[in-house]
Amino acid sequence: MIKKRTDPMVYQPEMEKIDSDIRDKVLKNVDKYDDQKITDSDVEEALKKERLSISDYGALLSPAATPYLEEMAKKAMIETNKHFGNSIGLFTPLYIANYCENNCVYCGFNCKNKIRRGKLSLAEMETELKAIAKTGLKEILILTGESRHHSGVEYIGEGVKLAAEYFATVGIEIYPLNTNEYAYLHNCGADFVSVYQETYDLSRYEQVHLSGPKRVFPYRFEAQERALLGGMRGVSFGALLGLGNFRKDAFATGLHAYFILQKYPHAEISFSTPRLRPFINKADNNPNDVHEKQLLQVMLAYRLLMPFAGITISTRERPGFRDHVIGMVATKISAGVSVGVGGHEQEEKGDEQFEISDPRSVPEVHQMILNRGLQPVYCDYIRV
Amino acid sequence: MTDQLVIGGHTFNSRFILGSGKFSLEIVKAVVENGGAEIVTLALRRANHGGEENILDYIPKNITLLPNTSGARTAEEAVKIARLAREINCGNFIKVEVIRDSKYLFPDNYETIKATEILAKDGFVVMPYMYPDLNVARDLVSAGAAAVMPLASPIGSNKGLCTRDFIEILVSEIPVPIIVDAGIGRPSQACEAMEMGVAAVMCNTAVATAKNIPLMAKAFGQAIASGRNAYLAGLGRVLTHGEASSPLTGFLED
Repeated sequence: MIKKRTDPMVYQPEMEKIDSDIRDKVLKNVDKYDDQKITDSDVEEALKKERLSISDYGALLSPAATPYLEEMAKKAMIETNKHFGNSIGLFTPLYIANYCENNCVYCGFNCKNKIRRGKLSLAEMETELKAIAKTGLKEILILTGESRHHSGVEYIGEGVKLAAEYFATVGIEIYPLNTNEYAYLHNCGADFVSVYQETYDLSRYEQVHLSGPKRVFPYRFEAQERALLGGMRGVSFGALLGLGNFRKDAFATGLHAYFILQKYPHAEISFSTPRLRPFINKADNNPNDVHEKQLLQVMLAYRLLMPFAGITISTRERPGFRDHVIGMVATKISAGVSVGVGGHEQEEKGDEQFEISDPRSVPEVHQMILNRGLQPVYCDYIRV
Repeated sequence: MTDQLVIGGHTFNSRFILGSGKFSLEIVKAVVENGGAEIVTLALRRANHGGEENILDYIPKNITLLPNTSGARTAEEAVKIARLAREINCGNFIKVEVIRDSKYLFPDNYETIKATEILAKDGFVVMPYMYPDLNVARDLVSAGAAAVMPLASPIGSNKGLCTRDFIEILVSEIPVPIIVDAGIGRPSQACEAMEMGVAAVMCNTAVATAKNIPLMAKAFGQAIASGRNAYLAGLGRVLTHGEASSPLTGFLED
């Protein structure tokens, strides 16, 4: 008998509901967005604007904008330069656990995937943190899979407290929390939260999130807002490109950030642009129709919609791509990356989330940034 | 004739204040020297004390540091950052920046006044970044500001003197130096600001985004000096209309 799947729009009892109309605003705009109807002149008009309207933004994400990629890149580079100069932030992720209760078909951590699971003890975390700090990095992103049983909020909080001893900036990329839990982690020392909606297309979302708390679409959607309500200073947005219609997903991602900023003007906004990658037991997982050209188009459109937003480029992309997008559109790059549990100093305690494409160390990425005439920035935050 | 900039009892020969946050650290020294700047601002949050690529290691020692409180959203946070700056020997000058608007980076004038009052009482030479508003400028002076730093246009926009008329009012009404900060995009705009009588100009993006950064720093240094000289010389009158050759009031007899 096939088990009936839960309704992705229904919150689980422990999930906080907040009063927000942002989801409605985003999804209504996405419903109206038809990337196939956009013409060359819509794109040309958008490129003339200093500030993009929502429809201009949609134009720049459309297939019609593809021949204008070079022009978009030139305009984006000017904006990036105006707002960030030639500074490029450096950071690294630290996965502290890979247990997961979600069955997401695209992810190496999914609970049905037979991989080595593990979590770091506090002592192991400290060893890893010390090793990373020795590379000179001052910013760290703490990650887990989604398992309140194995990696609960208090466990993460202890990890954040330790991280805050060694790093000026601590971000978290963990499962969505309630406001009071974000406030707790903020008090522990975390200031930045990344939550990626993966796809904003509800029916696609339902197809790829087969079970687990992540299946609840609105709770995930509202995570950034709860994080800000909990006192976090910055929030990051992203769609997993290649999972659904990437143009619509990127359109929704930008609008999600846009409406959050309208409501919370103090929020520091950033974007990530992950594409699907192969993982253990699924070597053919790939970004489908999102080739580098399309990926760059998305990044450029984010930049032109929000010239002041941070854009991070991860090791999902190859060195040649990463090296060329920094300064032009991306403002932050990871280095010395391990996406297994631990693995910076000690042997990994759990398998990787995905295969990385750029294994370069911190000194190697540092030198590459200098070679490109840019300035590596290790520290750009004071926790007050 | 000596024409020095005096801020909080400290004197400077240059009226070019250089922002440092947007260009490569290895050229900071050349930029400072080319521009003739004697004051360099830095975001304290960028100071990586004892770590990699620490901006403090690149600023020449004879320069007056003007750390800013970038990242602060409230007066309380600005005060904490200022005190941290003092702890790591950045001196007594502080540029107060309190911003809770990530899009335009406009300063929060209200919180800025509060921070200025606390820091001035704490012995800092306080230079607040503000949106040009006469009442706020007066309150900042009452709170102990050593200079007032109105924005010309949004940070990084290079749009020039969008707030020109309001800055002129500050110049005529406020007894401490008015230093134009943010938005100056060209040396000619810096010159124009100086001609209006502002005491100094701060630039960052306009220099940092030039193709030849040290040369642009030099151009700004010269433009600022030139504008200052024009102000001191007294600008000649500029008519926007023709002048009648026969006086209109020539018919009057007694």
